[in-house]
Amino acid sequence: MSDASINASTIREDEASFGDYFALLKPRVMSLVVFTALVGLLAAPVPVHPVIGFCAILFIAIGGGASGALNMWWDADIDRVMKRTKGRPIPSGKVEPGEAMALGLALSAMSVTMLALATNIFAGAFLAFTIFFYVVVYTMWLKRSTPQNIVIGGAAGAFPPVIGWIAATGSMSVEPWLMFALTFMWTPPHFWALALFMRSDYDDAGVPMLTVTHGRPATRKHILFYTAMLALLAVGTAFSDIGGPVYLVVAMVLNALFLHGAWKISRRDEEASEADNFKVERGFFKLSLLYLFLHFGAILAEALLKPYGLGGWG
Amino acid sequence: MSLRKTHELHQRRFGRNLGVALTLVAFIVIVFGLTVVKVTRGDFEPPRGEVQN
Repeated sequence: MSDASINASTIREDEASFGDYFALLKPRVMSLVVFTALVGLLAAPVPVHPVIGFCAILFIAIGGGASGALNMWWDADIDRVMKRTKGRPIPSGKVEPGEAMALGLALSAMSVTMLALATNIFAGAFLAFTIFFYVVVYTMWLKRSTPQNIVIGGAAGAFPPVIGWIAATGSMSVEPWLMFALTFMWTPPHFWALALFMRSDYDDAGVPMLTVTHGRPATRKHILFYTAMLALLAVGTAFSDIGGPVYLVVAMVLNALFLHGAWKISRRDEEASEADNFKVERGFFKLSLLYLFLHFGAILAEALLKPYGLGGWG
Repeated sequence: MSLRKTHELHQRRFGRNLGVALTLVAFIVIVFGLTVVKVTRGDFEPPRGEVQN
């Protein structure tokens, strides 16, 4: 019997595996989306059925993954140039750009529809807006046209806790926007620290990152400014309905560390940074990951302690 | 008849097909579970006024 499925002329040795398609969804970004959306959902003052809560988080995550696939489709040309991204499925030749676009569009439609059916139309509409914002406003428009790309684009990554809250309550209030602001203000220092030690990546790709357009010393000052604003916001959140003593302690410690890191970055010059291979900048970047995780973890802890009369300011 | 060793590509395609199959099964389970919860909670019941009319 001949093997009809393998035709020598059409074999592609680098044909994609299931994992390559999954990689299009940016699983690491998706994990942040899952966590922050979960905190938004659980911090809401309305109890959610576990199955509905699980579905809400799953469809928000799939929506986030879909926008990641659309981002990879649109950015394939610059992903090929940057060291950090050239191993992604499209630049490495494993997945065709059209496949990524089709997957992204299909998953976007599915996730928005299913979230609206599982929870409420408002949540579905907000997820659709988030995907639109990340793909059209950030990826297609701002990313290549303004050095403030990461500031405004950061909003897209900050929406998941708001969607989680809306999925639970069906309405809006101040608290989810505090969670939004936390991620929104955190994004610029996080990415600018990355841009400092990834050196020529964004330059080579022609992406107008602040390091390229305003220079590295200006970027260092911007990091300090945004970190100071973030610290005010993060500590202030402790006195809102989603804050409490646990959150306050976490915020005080982390913001002191984060401010110290930003201060050190602002005082360093390129010579000193190159001498120790950007040790301070790399350390600041790693701390930023822990920073966001622990702030949202503390909000979650306050929410979980509330039924026992322990969370919040009582 | 000679039996040919399975090409590495077969394994990759099998993995891909299995992944799609498991994803679809998971989707069916999720939609079914969601429907059971929604129906049990009475999410699809018409408002009382409409029933009485």
